[in-house]
Amino acid sequence: MAVKDAGRAARSADRAAAREPERQADSAELIQLLTPEGERVEHPDYPLEISAEEIRALYRDLVIVRRIDFEAIALQRQGELGIWASLLGQEAAQVGSGRALGPRDMAFPTYREHGVAWCRGLDPMKLLELFRGVSHGGWDPTEHNFHLYTIVIGSQALHATGYAMGIQRDGAVGEDGEAVIAYFGDGATSQGDVNEAFIWASVNNAPVVFFCQNNQWAISEPLERQSRTPLFLRAKGFGFPGVRVDGNDVLACLAVTRKAMQAAREGQGPTLIEAFTYRMGAHTTTDDPTRYRLSAELESWKLKDPIERVKQYLIRTQQAEMSFFDEVEAEAAAVGRRVRASCQQMPDPTPESMFDNVLTSETAQLAAERAGFAAYLESFEAEEAVLAEEGR
Amino acid sequence: MTTLTLSRALNEGLRKALEDNPKALIMGEDVGKLGGVFRVTDGLQKDFGEARVIDTPLAESGIIGTAIGLALRGYRPICEIQFDGFIFPAFDQIVTQLAKMRYRSLGTVRLPIVIRVPFGGGIGAVEHHSESPEALFAHTPGLRVVSCGDPADAYTMIQQAALSDDPVLFFEPKRRYWDKAEVDVEGGLARALPMDTARVLSEGTDVTVLCYGPMVRTCAEAAVAARDDGRSLEVIDLRSLAPLDTETIFASVRKTGRCIVVHEAVVTGGIGAEIAAEVTQECFYSLEAPVLRVGAYTTPYPPSRLEEHYLPDLDRILDAVDRSFGY
Repeated sequence: MAVKDAGRAARSADRAAAREPERQADSAELIQLLTPEGERVEHPDYPLEISAEEIRALYRDLVIVRRIDFEAIALQRQGELGIWASLLGQEAAQVGSGRALGPRDMAFPTYREHGVAWCRGLDPMKLLELFRGVSHGGWDPTEHNFHLYTIVIGSQALHATGYAMGIQRDGAVGEDGEAVIAYFGDGATSQGDVNEAFIWASVNNAPVVFFCQNNQWAISEPLERQSRTPLFLRAKGFGFPGVRVDGNDVLACLAVTRKAMQAAREGQGPTLIEAFTYRMGAHTTTDDPTRYRLSAELESWKLKDPIERVKQYLIRTQQAEMSFFDEVEAEAAAVGRRVRASCQQMPDPTPESMFDNVLTSETAQLAAERAGFAAYLESFEAEEAVLAEEGR
Repeated sequence: MTTLTLSRALNEGLRKALEDNPKALIMGEDVGKLGGVFRVTDGLQKDFGEARVIDTPLAESGIIGTAIGLALRGYRPICEIQFDGFIFPAFDQIVTQLAKMRYRSLGTVRLPIVIRVPFGGGIGAVEHHSESPEALFAHTPGLRVVSCGDPADAYTMIQQAALSDDPVLFFEPKRRYWDKAEVDVEGGLARALPMDTARVLSEGTDVTVLCYGPMVRTCAEAAVAARDDGRSLEVIDLRSLAPLDTETIFASVRKTGRCIVVHEAVVTGGIGAEIAAEVTQECFYSLEAPVLRVGAYTTPYPPSRLEEHYLPDLDRILDAVDRSFGY
């Protein structure tokens, strides 16, 4: 039986291999504006007018978010955080797309969008609260137009699409329109919710951009376990454009996202952006990638580092003095110090607060549970008081 | 007063909700042109337009997921899940997202979403069209779960649900859609009983009978039949399953000393089990007999030719009354 199955699997693989040229024929180029070596290249569809100052600002973002990530990993190792999901390697995809958003655009993140959070102006400490276990997020999504982190894979793609349908109903599509960006990873493209979001967005022509960071790994599963076709090509079947961008190229991510967002704002409907990148670190601090991937792969991606190429470009074109890099480094270090200090001083929520915000008004049952819990806690205090009085 | 079927009463209530709040939306499969497979949304798309009464693609998770997004944008979606057994593709969005968003956001996010679910059996349907999944939602903190039992409640409760700033699972007794009764469509909601309050349908002294949805009529009929046997049943329509109106339940049980819970859902782990535990704890010294449950057996829903044996009916309720007096 096993032999028979193996034979069948081999035949099926042969058939798949036979169709490989057909699949590859459909795969388009990777849109790139800055090569891994730091060479600026042009793309006819994505012209990017950008000043030296703006590029330096992107560089600063990249360095600071990597520093926040680095500090958070260290804090987890020291027991200050329960877990951390590192963005290492994905800085350009997040900063490039994050800086393409206008203040009125809305972003729906996964749990790894620390770089986007930074671009939206969210205090990094709100992210640490979540990973420390102090809150489930707890920021007001309307404050920075940055929704709460979503942990269930792909759920937020539907929320983003529904929000975009709301924009349409508000008449906020057009010249001065608004749009939504939904973040998710390669693994999420296998989820029903993401595919349903594609359908809803398509049939409603909703102003939403699907930004997929294909970091090649869904915990231990490589992309081949999720898809036989390049992810950006899937959009075609749903009836809207898909594009693959070098996810380690902050300029390309900025240009491609800007164009897609503008199209959405103007009423031209959704776009799928596949940002081709790499998860340089573990899935989270509890993961051990040495069990499932080769270090050679990691080494090859190190040569495509998203930050180093910007630095090389700025140096070579003399758009930044060396003192600029020192200043950014010092600023990142200061952010790091603040993250460390604030994390260590972060108080636990009061035990009673676990009863808060279940519904808009507290039910009698929950009020009774809250009171019972308070009395239970007090019983220990009373006991301790008696023991103290007795001098024990 | 106007005589309306339960489905028409819901339709009038939904119409009122759409008229009263421009942010209210209706969305679901076939709710537009067709007016829903049970015609509950009949004529609403014609009067309120396709932007407010939305025929969605055929995917339940998509319905609830996009409703959440619309609510985040300030809308108040009223979703229809076509049949009880089709709610499960949306279960993830309901339990992991809808129910928890307020909690997760420390109260900054409100999701005023109503999910209408035609539920229960008795219509000779094929598999997955006769289920009673309400306990799964009552078990989930962050949701309100209600069920209407008659046209008058259908009319007011659907409006109250639409006004709620919390997510509401609204279970509609599908086999009672065609039941008719007088409905006060002129009277506002001010005089209506709050959505989370139980209603004593018929006062009695011997046994408290708790029910909701499709079993309300059955229990009312059982009370009439029991009277012939000289037994006085106090029938209470729970209306709200989460939260439960325990005050009304306990007051009645302390008076009668006996309690029977009736529902179409499987008894194991059901609403009746929850009530039995609560009543035993709070009314222990008033009880003359254990709390009894009358409901479906712990099997999947059987083929419809068997459903009359599977579902509680008047005789099984009276049998439970007899058993209660046997202690």
